[in-house]
Amino acid sequence: MEVFDIFLLEAILNGLLLGGLLALLSLGLNLVFGVIDVVWICYAELIMCGMYSVYYLHVQYHWPLALAMLAAIALGALLGLTLHQFVIRPVLRAEPINQLLVTGGVLFFLQAAATLAFGIEFKNLGVTLPSVRLGEMSFSAARLLAFAVALTGMIALYFFLSRTYLGTAIRAISQDRAIMPLMGVSPARIFGITSALGGALAGLAACLLVLQYDVHPAIGLSFGPIVFLICVLGGLGNMLGGFIAAFVFAQFIAVGGFFFHLEWGYVLAFVFFIVVMFWRPQGILGK
Amino acid sequence: MLSLDRVSAGYGDFQALFGVSLEVNAGEAVAVIGPNGAGKTTLLRVISKLVEPSAGEIRLEGRSLAPVPAHEVVAQGIAHVPENRRLFPRLTVEENLRMGAFSSRGRFHERLEMVYGLFPRLQERRNQAAGTLSGGEQQMCAIGRALMSGPKLLLLDEPSAGLAPVVVQSIFALVRRICAQGYTVLIVEQNIRQVLKVVSRAYLLEAGRIELSGSAQELLGSREIQKAYLGI
Repeated sequence: MEVFDIFLLEAILNGLLLGGLLALLSLGLNLVFGVIDVVWICYAELIMCGMYSVYYLHVQYHWPLALAMLAAIALGALLGLTLHQFVIRPVLRAEPINQLLVTGGVLFFLQAAATLAFGIEFKNLGVTLPSVRLGEMSFSAARLLAFAVALTGMIALYFFLSRTYLGTAIRAISQDRAIMPLMGVSPARIFGITSALGGALAGLAACLLVLQYDVHPAIGLSFGPIVFLICVLGGLGNMLGGFIAAFVFAQFIAVGGFFFHLEWGYVLAFVFFIVVMFWRPQGILGK
Repeated sequence: MLSLDRVSAGYGDFQALFGVSLEVNAGEAVAVIGPNGAGKTTLLRVISKLVEPSAGEIRLEGRSLAPVPAHEVVAQGIAHVPENRRLFPRLTVEENLRMGAFSSRGRFHERLEMVYGLFPRLQERRNQAAGTLSGGEQQMCAIGRALMSGPKLLLLDEPSAGLAPVVVQSIFALVRRICAQGYTVLIVEQNIRQVLKVVSRAYLLEAGRIELSGSAQELLGSREIQKAYLGI
């Protein structure tokens, strides 16, 4: 093999694009965990709901794609808020295992409900974005778009969290929940806003995924575990850690897949995950 | 300004306060002194509604605080510096101050200037994580954060706790300065000798009941206090 291999470079760049998407996927889960201290096991199923809504609004009801996507983001926010108010709030002070179980219950509920409502067929949006050629390399425009949107979304969230009163309160509440009322902040309201934001991020992820993948009721299972592992790898609740972990994980998948076989990329990524867990059980940037 | 009328409160089955009545007038600095576990912290937590009273009434400028939820108390003019300061350790000093102004954002800049004028050290460290400050600086930051809301009444919970003796001196000097600025202050302390030099009146709280009250001079001269607390 030559020292410089154009296809290896292509694999690395594709890994970078995948990393951006995975980083966005892990962002909502990390945000919610970091602030509310609850893991939404059903996070990927919220994304599935978003994908179905883009599909139905665009294909069935002929909404313009952009409008359908905005609606999916709004629906995600609503789902996040609903999940918090009706499922999380009653178990907010319960044992972590109970919190995992209820959100796990929601996972199966959403999956079964989607099967009932939409059937088990794979549904394709029917929008094909061209691929972009760069020399001998080619990249999917959908992936480039996903990368750009994911990056923009993350930067916007960063500025929201660091520059606004509400964002500062969201960071503060994860450090000391009990004294927030002394600052004039209602914790219940911040939790609601955070949940809506987490849901909206799931909606945004859905818009990007539906451009690349068919939607079906079990699609959450194909990326939910990876997203969860990325969050744990980075340090659950640590958004920067999740960001780094997403890119590392994506490189394992892309480059490992290049040298061996696509499935081997995943195997290597998971082995890496297990090794890191032995070395740093709290994750790369976890406390 | 603030009046408590036979206020009782507790946590679950444990009752911490038994019919406590007290009064703080505008512009006055008042202390509640007493031993560990007397209910001093609970008393402040009841006033800022972190703990709901089980009986009795709390009034601020004649209006009952009963219908006011905890997170709206600060907008009513009560700022509470909690026990152990409770800064947000990973936020910067200025972000902590910003949180103090959460319910009065419009006046953030003018109050920030006021707080930095009072504590120039905080301005030097404005971009530093609050968790990296020294104990005394953290107490300044906690008091500054409370002042950011522009309170009518400042509640201070054990400002000298956990600080080195030299720092304790400077914290009391600081509290005296704040009182001199015309703030109405209710301060809870175990460091009785020091706090009685700062305030004009005080109440002695023991096992959840007010056992004694009077001017700071009277309490300093009281046999009971001298024997039990001052070791004279």
